[in-house]
Amino acid sequence: MTIPLSGWEVAKQIAKRFPDAVSEAYGYFVLVKSESLFEVAQYLKSSPEFDFDYLTNITAVDYYDYFEAIYQLTSLKHNHSLVLKTRCYGRDNPTLPSIVRLWRGADFQEREIHDLMGTTFKGHPNLKPIVLWQGFKGHPLRKDYL
Amino acid sequence: MEVSGSRKYIYSDTELDRAEGEEIEALKAHSQQPIPDPDRWLDEEVSRNILLTSVDAILNWARRSSLWPVTFAPACCAFEVIATAASRFDISRFGMEIFRASPRQADLMITAGTLTWKMAPQLKRIYDQMPEPKWVIAMGACAISGGIFRSSYSVVPGYNRIIPVDVYVPGCPPRPEGLLHGIRMLHYKISQGHTDIALYPLKTG
Repeated sequence: MTIPLSGWEVAKQIAKRFPDAVSEAYGYFVLVKSESLFEVAQYLKSSPEFDFDYLTNITAVDYYDYFEAIYQLTSLKHNHSLVLKTRCYGRDNPTLPSIVRLWRGADFQEREIHDLMGTTFKGHPNLKPIVLWQGFKGHPLRKDYL
Repeated sequence: MEVSGSRKYIYSDTELDRAEGEEIEALKAHSQQPIPDPDRWLDEEVSRNILLTSVDAILNWARRSSLWPVTFAPACCAFEVIATAASRFDISRFGMEIFRASPRQADLMITAGTLTWKMAPQLKRIYDQMPEPKWVIAMGACAISGGIFRSSYSVVPGYNRIIPVDVYVPGCPPRPEGLLHGIRMLHYKISQGHTDIALYPLKTG
């Protein structure tokens, strides 16, 4: 069975390399600042002790004050998993870094979140609608839609 | 970051996306009102003094005895259609066991499932490709009115916004008995049809 890693333990490891990256960690998740998301994800993917080579999925939640993107990572080699979270503020043009360069599975899911939540993924190679059609007004999964 | 190499082929062309979006928006603007059901003539039979000739009777018998449905199943009602077509309920008792994969060989559309606006142009294209005379059974709550998704941003509230519907079969999903009852009602409707009317069901709406 896949063992979820303790968020606190992973946060300590991350803090050794990126002192300002982690803003919160308990249970099975680590909340990192969006500026350092890409570096942290790169570290989690490439370091031999974590080796998160598989991105299970990405999802996003609208909390009115901020959007929270949730990345569920799995290591097929060590058979453990981790939930990585990050937040972006503002409703006009919320921006997150894209992690397509690390996990190609993020490609379509980031486009879907861009459709439904309206968050821009900086560095995505082709950020255009995937589930909605070109010219659709608004972002339907935002809490203030309709 | 530029798209390059083999990677760009997993993305659709931007021009195609724009054309698709324009097509959907145009169809959406055009279909805000339901199309009237093409069955008002059933009650007007006496007042319009229509005589059914024996040619009509034979034509209608032939038409209703061998309806060929087109395979169109966007959602879960499809499983009830499959159950209807399988051996227990056995749709071939009505001469319609062949579900055609090509709309050009079909004359009945069983609309089994939720229709989204993104799918609507394809539905219209399939319907237009079917040869006359043709009939439509709206199967299930989503096909009749949009069902539980009626107020959604992406779902068409009823197939009759896009195409004229002959028979409505309620249920979520309807049981095979319900669908068979709808098919029997369609048989009755076809048997009442006049040749001209049956040939041009759109114009009598």
